[in-house]
Amino acid sequence: MRLAAVLLLALAPLAAAQPVLYDKSEIRFVSKQMGADVEGRFRRWKADIDFRPADPAHSHAGFEIDLASIDLASEESEAELRKRDWFDTQRFPLATFRSTSIASTGENAYDIAGTLAIKGASRDVTVPVRLRKDAAGNAVAEGQFALKRLAFKVGEGPWSDTSAVADDVTVRVRITLGHAP
Amino acid sequence: MNADARYTGAAIALHWTGAMLILLGAALGLFMTGLPLSPAKLRYYAWHKWIGITVFLVAAARLAWRAATPPPPLPQATPLWQARAAHAVHVLLYLLMLAIPLSGWLYSSATGVSVVYLNLVPLPNLVAKDKALAQALLVVHQSLNLTLAMMVAAHVGAAIKHQWIDRDGVMARMLPRRRAS
Repeated sequence: MRLAAVLLLALAPLAAAQPVLYDKSEIRFVSKQMGADVEGRFRRWKADIDFRPADPAHSHAGFEIDLASIDLASEESEAELRKRDWFDTQRFPLATFRSTSIASTGENAYDIAGTLAIKGASRDVTVPVRLRKDAAGNAVAEGQFALKRLAFKVGEGPWSDTSAVADDVTVRVRITLGHAP
Repeated sequence: MNADARYTGAAIALHWTGAMLILLGAALGLFMTGLPLSPAKLRYYAWHKWIGITVFLVAAARLAWRAATPPPPLPQATPLWQARAAHAVHVLLYLLMLAIPLSGWLYSSATGVSVVYLNLVPLPNLVAKDKALAQALLVVHQSLNLTLAMMVAAHVGAAIKHQWIDRDGVMARMLPRRRAS
């Protein structure tokens, strides 16, 4: 946690990043439990984004998500998700995403490829993102991607039973960027 | 009491199906909430919801059936206060059989967990995920159930009184017909 904070502070001055408007941004997910959608989100996360629509190749996006800040159906299930079988937040407090390449795929559409690390496991993911402007003229990037929780050992032991909690998780991200200072 | 004064076969079948499901749903509800979180607990919650929705459907079917085939009248000698009390308890029982599953569905929606009836029919979330609202709805669900328990006690108590104290055949009207009686 502390190391992550130091890293973020160290990175901050390097990037000509647009400020993330956190109150207009969210990282949500939907999993399936007994065939029914279960919504959740993370309350605390940080993003370091330098997005240049005209120059996607020189853009980058990084995320650090405080997994213990999960917002789920109940406090009981939130406490469960922090345990060893799930995120094991004691040992792996953060999930990270680092973009490796950003490419335009059409008008206001981009593919952000990068590495997602959760609980000591890393996987390459590509997140298709659409860009729009909100009423205040801020850039809003929205994207979603699917991941397999078991690829990250999220839900071990009795919880590896995918008939109770499905392997597939859909992550939905909405980031609102303010104007660069 | 003549044979015409009996409830119809369909009314009797629906009454006892509903009664059995309510007992099962209540027992499962009381049992499951105290369990530590596990895949089995998620399964019990799903079953509890399915039972609740079925109770709602049975109650709705009974109301429709009642409208088509009115129930037999009470014996002429029934004191007015008893007839009024019986009517009030029946109205409350029907209201609760509809309201309790709805409050459960609302509660589930507010926790961000959707309901898929029998793992086949996805029901829409009635409200957005909201922890404070979920807490309030849980209290509503429990209070309604407490009220139902009291109404069932009054209903069963009155039936027993009719059967073994008054011996007026009122309860027998709702019992499956015996072969030689």
